[in-house]
Formats: sequence, C-alpha cells, structure tokens
Amino acid sequence: MPEQLVFGMEVILNGLMAGVLYALVALGFVLIYKASGIFNYAQGVMALFAAMTLVGIMNGQVPFSHLINAIFGTHIHYFGWNVPALFAILLTMAVMVLLAWAVQRFVMRHLVGQEPIILFMATIGLAYFLEGVADLMWGSEIKTLDVGLPQGINLWIDESTFNIFGYGFFIDNLDIVATVIAALLVAALVAFSQYTKQGRAMRAVADDHQAALSVGISLNFIWIMVWSVAGFVALVAGIMWGTKSGVQFSLSLIALKALPVLMLGGFTSIPGAIVGGLIIGVGEKLFEFTLGPALGGATENWFAYVLALIFLVFRPQGLFGEKIIERV
Amino acid sequence: MFYREAGDFKVSYVDDSQTFPIKFDRYRYYVVLAVAFGIIPFIINDYWANALLLPFLIYAIAAIGLNILVGYCGQVSLGTGGFMAVGAYACYKLMTAFPDVSMFIHVILAGGITAIVGVLFGLPSLRIKGFYLAVATLAAQFFLVWLFNRVPWFYNYSASGQINAPERDVFGIIITGPNAPAWATYVFCLIFLTLCAVVARNLTRGTTGRTWMAIRDMDIAAEIIGVNPLKAKLTAFAVSSFFVGISGALFFAVYLGAVEVGEVFGIQKSFLVLFMIIIGGLGSIFGSFAGAAFLVLLPVVLKVVGADWMGWPTDIVAHLQLVIVGALIILFLILEPHGLAQLWRVAKEKLRLWPFPH
Repeated sequence: MPEQLVFGMEVILNGLMAGVLYALVALGFVLIYKASGIFNYAQGVMALFAAMTLVGIMNGQVPFSHLINAIFGTHIHYFGWNVPALFAILLTMAVMVLLAWAVQRFVMRHLVGQEPIILFMATIGLAYFLEGVADLMWGSEIKTLDVGLPQGINLWIDESTFNIFGYGFFIDNLDIVATVIAALLVAALVAFSQYTKQGRAMRAVADDHQAALSVGISLNFIWIMVWSVAGFVALVAGIMWGTKSGVQFSLSLIALKALPVLMLGGFTSIPGAIVGGLIIGVGEKLFEFTLGPALGGATENWFAYVLALIFLVFRPQGLFGEKIIERV
Repeated sequence: MFYREAGDFKVSYVDDSQTFPIKFDRYRYYVVLAVAFGIIPFIINDYWANALLLPFLIYAIAAIGLNILVGYCGQVSLGTGGFMAVGAYACYKLMTAFPDVSMFIHVILAGGITAIVGVLFGLPSLRIKGFYLAVATLAAQFFLVWLFNRVPWFYNYSASGQINAPERDVFGIIITGPNAPAWATYVFCLIFLTLCAVVARNLTRGTTGRTWMAIRDMDIAAEIIGVNPLKAKLTAFAVSSFFVGISGALFFAVYLGAVEVGEVFGIQKSFLVLFMIIIGGLGSIFGSFAGAAFLVLLPVVLKVVGADWMGWPTDIVAHLQLVIVGALIILFLILEPHGLAQLWRVAKEKLRLWPFPH
C-alpha cells in the first residue's frame, strides 16, 4: 500500500474523532434551537464554564477568591479538600441546572416574542457575562482537568494496524472514549425525546408554542429543562475538550467551530449535527493534509466556514434541515 | 419651549428636506462641530487622544458602517474585524508602495478596496439569510485574518509578520508614525468621521436607505413591490465595508501604528463593534456614536475606578468588564431593544412638549 494513502487513512480516522467532538458541541445548539428557536451562542462558553466549575470543585477552590481577596485583603484560595470526580460532576450538573433556571428567569422570560436576531444577540451578551463570571469565580489561568479518562496512544490499534499496513496509526484513547460517549449521549437524547413524557412535551413546544401551551404544557418548565440538558451536553463537551487541551479560554471558541457544523447539518436536526461534525472534522484534516503545506498551513482556522459557505449557496437549509418556506 | 417646530417656517423645498428640521437640533449640530473642530484640537494632549478620542472617532466610523449593514439593511455580519483588517492592510500596501501620495487618498482607496472585498463576501447574502448569513460572514473573518497572517506579500516580508505604519504626512503635517502630533491625528480622524456621518445620514434618508430598510423589514414583500434585492444588499455591503475599511485603515495607520492581525482584528473586534451598535441603537446614526462612546469610555472608567481608586489587580478589573458588558447587552435588549438612540428620541419627544406636557 502506498505510504500517502496510509497516512491519508490515519488523517481521516483522526478527522472523524475530531468531528465527534465538534458534533458534541453542535448538539447543544440543536437542542435549544429546536425547543425554543433560540440560537444559543453561549453554548461554547457554557462548556468552558462547566469545565472550570468542575476543576474548581474538584480542587476545592473557593469561588470568587480573587475578588474576595482584592476587596477584603484576605488570602484565601482553597478549602483544602479534594472532591472525587464523580461527585464533582454531579455538583457541576447542579450548578448547570441552576444556571439554566437563572437564564430562563432573568433573561429569556423577558425576551419572549422578540425577533430571533435579538435573542441571538442576547446570548452573545450571556456568553460575555458567563465568561467574566467564570474567570472571576475560578481565575483565568489554564487548568488541567483529569477525571480519570484514559489518554495517550491506543496501543492495540497501533499494533494491529502496524501488522496490516506496516505503519501504526496514532489514535488517542481519549478520542475513542469521546466517540463512545457521544454515541451514548445521542442515543440517550433520542430515547428521551421519543419515549418520555417530558421529551414529548419538549417536541410539542418545538412544533408550536401556543398549541403546546393550550394543552397544558408549562413552557417555563420545558425551557428550563432544555437549557439544563444543553448545560449537560456542555458539561460533557467541556470535560472532553478540557481533558484534551486544558481548560482555558480557547475552549469557548469551539462554539464558533460548531457553527459551520450546524450549517452543514441544518439547525434542527440531531443526526445532522453528527453528520455535519464528521464531515467538517474529516474535511478540515484532509484539506490541511493535502493542500495545507502549499497554502502555508493552519487552514483549519477557516476551512470549515468556507466549506459551509459554499455548501449553503447550493442548499440553504443544510443537509437535514427543514425546507424553508417563505410567505409574506 | 425651545425645542419645537413651531415658528420655524420653511419657505423652500431645500429647507423642508434638510437633515435637522428643528432649529435647536441644527444649532446643536453646528455647536458640536465647532467644538470638535475649533476647540478640542487646541487643548488636546497625547493621553486624551490615545485613550479616548482617537478610538472613539475610529470606532464610530466602524459602527456607522456596521449599522448600515445590520441596522438598516438587516444583514447580520460578524466579519467586521476581517474587513477592518482589509482596510488596514490595503492602506499599508498603498502607503509603502506610493510614499508621496497624500494619506487622504490612501485611506479612501483602502476603503474602496474593502468595499470590493465586502461585496464579494456579501454575495452569499443573496441566497442565505439570518443566522446562516451571520455564520457565513464568519468565513470572511477567519479567512481574511488567516490570509494576512500567512501570505508574506501582505506584510512586505517583514520578519515579525507585523505591519508598521511609516511616517506620512498630509499637506506637510505628519499624520502617522510616532512623531505625529496628537491634534493632527485627531483632526485627521475627525474629518473622516464627519464625512462618513454626513454621507451615511443622507444615504439612509434617501432612496438607497429606503430600499435597504424595505429589505430589512421584509425582503420578499420588498421584492414584490419592486426593490431589487441584489442591488440593495450588495450596495449595503459595499457602503458598509467602505466605512469599515476606512476605520480599519485609520485604526492601523493613525491610532496603533503597528498591527499584528490576529490580535487586533480578531473575532473580538467584530463583536465589539456589533455591541456598539446594539447598545447605541440599531438603525440610527446617532446610536453608532453613542454606542462607540459608551464602549470606549467603559473600560477606561472601569480601569480608573477599579485599578486606580480601589487598587484591584488589573485582571479582576478585566473580568469585571466582561461581566458588566455582557450584563449591559442583555439589559439593553430587555429594557430598550432600540438602544441609547431610543432614549435620546424619547428625551426629544419629552422636550418637545416641555414644560406643558398636556
């Protein structure tokens, strides 16, 4: 087998894995968009916030310690305990639910009936707010996150591919775990929205707010629930990305990476988010591998957007999006 | 009392269609111009110019530009940073290629080049709308920044990858470079801002502006009554990019002097300008000024209060600033979706009836 082809296959595999992580973030967007028509720009910052909260709780950091120290001149930083990962994840989830409630109570409730673009801008404001709060709470330095997920090269794949192709593929264990978790998450979400009472209520709200209201579904509750689920997805994405590249500001930028994924897949489709993620992941890795050196490298920064842009010109609603019907 | 139409008789069509029909507004406008051109240049110093006035003037141009696109034509753009970068790099290439030509011409040409690039990236707006378009403009943002980072021709093969503004003058007065006097840079930017504001105000009052607003309010209906969406959207992109390009050129050449594209013209800049027009008011020229002034002032005030008076570490102040800006955006959207400009309008309505509101 020619060497380039084998390298190419490795690149594709890694692209698929990266695509899964993009899809994870994109899922959060789709959930909120489907249920409330809000395009939640803050999803990436929610992932950052979740990851930072998780690290902070695990290390027993005192929230807002920098601010408290600056105001009162004290020197407190840590409670002096370490919380086990699983318990910390549960606590973080509780924080995310609280956040969901706060967002619903203080922001979204007041904006019901506004134009979508106003809501979108409100979530940009929310993103800034959350980022500032996260930095104030836990400090802005880069943190490492370790909840016990396996990391490093997968030796089994390395060996078995070496036996077949004469070249060992480098696949990170973490990526494999991420793929499995993403698959489970999607399955769970689909099951939730198809078979549970709340899930059905959620889909009803997505279809028609007023009709849902008239059959006695509480919009308030559904929206808090949707934001909580999105918070949960953000937490999972935050754990994955945080373990992979450290918990830092750039984590919030993956939200921007998820946008072209959504455009490819369509804003309203969960399978679309997955497929779009995979296409973007593979596409940008392959593009960088084949044309990157000729163009000067780092094409990953823009490839996804340009791909989505070109794609949209031909199919404005995305791959799986609902057909856009326009009326006056 | 003093703010009303009564008694201000218009005797010609020109009078009737002037920009400021109310006498008070008109005088206020002349007074502001007189203060800006006649008084401030004589009392300005380096601190005031660099910390407040220059960024305000330059951001105001960018905000007017973006407001034309977002506020008047309804095409949300997140590519402002990228277009500012086009202006900056076009200006840089022109400055180094034709050292003898006046800076005025360079800046205007830089705006023109940005307008062409803007139209190119505006083409997808004919097919896609709303969020999809907002994300599509991100392609412009990331692609352009990458391009200026990676293609050495744009930064004249300098070792650092930065661009540095060489010393250039207008009528013998140095405008760019470290030796430029504060008043000269101020007046230079002010002239551009004034021109841009007058042009924008008149464009938005006329046919062009009305077709933009028709497209914004409902594009299909506009199409049916005979507005050409191709022309309307692309002119909006062109005019908006022209202004944004001018502001990018000024930002680089006059204000900063040296620019590293990823840092200065990144996605953060796009959001900053977008916030200015949200806080200031979408679809209002005055709003662009108010928003720019607000977001230029806020960090300075916070720094003075937080870091200098309270003695807090600067990183906490920076984080607090994020929180406050974010909260303000949400607050404005909830309480006053039309921004500071709406407060101003309400105030004027009150003034018109004052002191006998019934």
